[in-house]
Amino acid sequence: MSAIRMRRRRERPKRVTEVPAGGLVLASDWRRPSVKWGLGTTQALLLVVLVIIGLGPILWLIKAAITPTQDTLIQPMSVFPHGTDLSNISNAWTQVDIGLYLKNTIVLALGSWASQLIVSTTGAYALSVLRPKWGSLIMALLLTTLFVPPVVLLVPLYLEIVHPPIFGGTLENNYLAIWLPAGASAFNVVLMKRFFDNLPREIFEAARIDGCGPVRLFTSIVLPMSKPILGVVSLFAVLASWKDFLWPLLVLSNPGEQPISVRLPTIQSETDLGVFLAAMLIACIVPIVGFLIFQRTILRGTGLGGALKG
Amino acid sequence: MSKIDFMPSELDLSQQAAIATPSAPRGAPPRYRRKALTWLQSGGLSRLAFLIPLIAIFGAFSWYPIVKLVITSLQQTNFALPAKWVGLHNFSLVIHDPLFPIAVRNTAEFAGLALLFGYPIPLVVALLVSELRRRRGLYAALVYLPVVIPPVVAVLLWYTFYNAGPTGVFNTILHWLGIGPQPWIQSQSQAMPSLVLESTWANAGGTVIIYLAALTGVNTELYEAASVDGAGIWKKIWHVTLPQMRTVLLVTMILQIIGTAQVFLEPYLFTQGGPNNATITVLLLIYNYAFGNSLGPQYGEAAALSVMLVAFLALFSLIYLRATRSWSSE
Repeated sequence: MSAIRMRRRRERPKRVTEVPAGGLVLASDWRRPSVKWGLGTTQALLLVVLVIIGLGPILWLIKAAITPTQDTLIQPMSVFPHGTDLSNISNAWTQVDIGLYLKNTIVLALGSWASQLIVSTTGAYALSVLRPKWGSLIMALLLTTLFVPPVVLLVPLYLEIVHPPIFGGTLENNYLAIWLPAGASAFNVVLMKRFFDNLPREIFEAARIDGCGPVRLFTSIVLPMSKPILGVVSLFAVLASWKDFLWPLLVLSNPGEQPISVRLPTIQSETDLGVFLAAMLIACIVPIVGFLIFQRTILRGTGLGGALKG
Repeated sequence: MSKIDFMPSELDLSQQAAIATPSAPRGAPPRYRRKALTWLQSGGLSRLAFLIPLIAIFGAFSWYPIVKLVITSLQQTNFALPAKWVGLHNFSLVIHDPLFPIAVRNTAEFAGLALLFGYPIPLVVALLVSELRRRRGLYAALVYLPVVIPPVVAVLLWYTFYNAGPTGVFNTILHWLGIGPQPWIQSQSQAMPSLVLESTWANAGGTVIIYLAALTGVNTELYEAASVDGAGIWKKIWHVTLPQMRTVLLVTMILQIIGTAQVFLEPYLFTQGGPNNATITVLLLIYNYAFGNSLGPQYGEAAALSVMLVAFLALFSLIYLRATRSWSSE
């Protein structure tokens, strides 16, 4: 028992940004001039390199999005040699209709988010708290799917979506073809189940004695106590849907329904470079702003994902 | 059983409740009914109801496609004609495809180069960042920023950077350094490293964050003990940090290999597998069989190659875990 508890404690999310310095270099080491200057300079250099590599391409994209195309083509590294050109942005809305694709992307992301959240919370609740008899069998089947990379299922999934068995018809060009398969994320269920496993059982027992049924227990106790993990899963669900390319490319052949990531490669050759770069910038804004707002949760979730895989 | 069938069920239930002991079975149907009743009362129905979304979604979009993948790999399928069982014919077609060895070699090259670029650098960055005394959040954000850019945008942006003309972005930077323009993705020899460079830029941030999380778990008392014993920084990294992180290091390595073995987006958007098939990868070949074939879809071959990929990755992981078990055990 205590061993299990120890392991759980180790696997708890660790804050990346808030812990004291790593401890490899001791405070006494930091007082030595050679360490202070050597390591300090290396870390300052690292900051410069990270700004160039991490931020540089995005800054360039912002600059190029408001630069006349000819300047970007001839002097790509000069900053506004002949002034700015804001018409790229407005052209992206009028010529490329980027607003429509942005809206499609948002609708797809919200649906995938809802589908992932419904499947993972209800499933994890059943497996962790209600514990039906064949729960372990379902868990084993779930874990098996973790070993099958999603991309290799593209062909059978595509055949299934185009000609659904039993129901007939087709789900091609239907957003359900994106939303429903998005819910089948075993990683989410495992993450959620681990969190539910660590909730105090005493509260569930007390609620049950007070006459709380399984549904009330779920909606009024388990879900409100799970806000941190719901936040992590939600952020990654939206981010993953925003990034998705190949699956929507296959099942949404109607351009008017495609998300921005599917549309961009198609319009690349027929669009003026400045307008195209402006469209790419617009496609980045939501994920970047979202990251800046929820930075701590996203970074913690990434570290948590690593711990889970480990 | 037959006798009890005729008894009124209510009576039987009450009788059973009064008389029955757990060790004395009294006949099946009432017992079942009673079991069903207790099952219902104990919330069996809602227990089932809560599992319905999971079973329905995973059944339809995960478990069924896995079975369907294996079936498709053994069939000749197109939408026009009914599917025909062809045994291992699809596998033999794939293996004898002249593109198959090229795709395997390119994928291995991509995975190898990605490991070379993308494995040691994040570790160095994570070590440096974890020793910062302030502004660690800023460093972490800068490191992770490329990961949140949608991959399509990242690739298409780098496509612009890789412009092979003398006024391309990278070629302009090289010009400042006194180096002549490079062909980048247009050259057979430079295409693959160019793809790996972009992919590393786009993905390394995640690895750094995982390492940072793992570094916070390193027992700092060991550092102090090592210092007392006179160990310098390098010795501490070698004898304390790396051994404590070995599980994470081993897992990120296998995950990276598995991930890069499925590389698709970069060759698809940058080069379409060219120039002269220099960047055609296994997944691009699968895609071309199923969706990019002008002669009609070859779902059977695509499924067969997918099965081969999964089997290879599973086998590889198994061997890897076996081989590294003695290291990673704590």
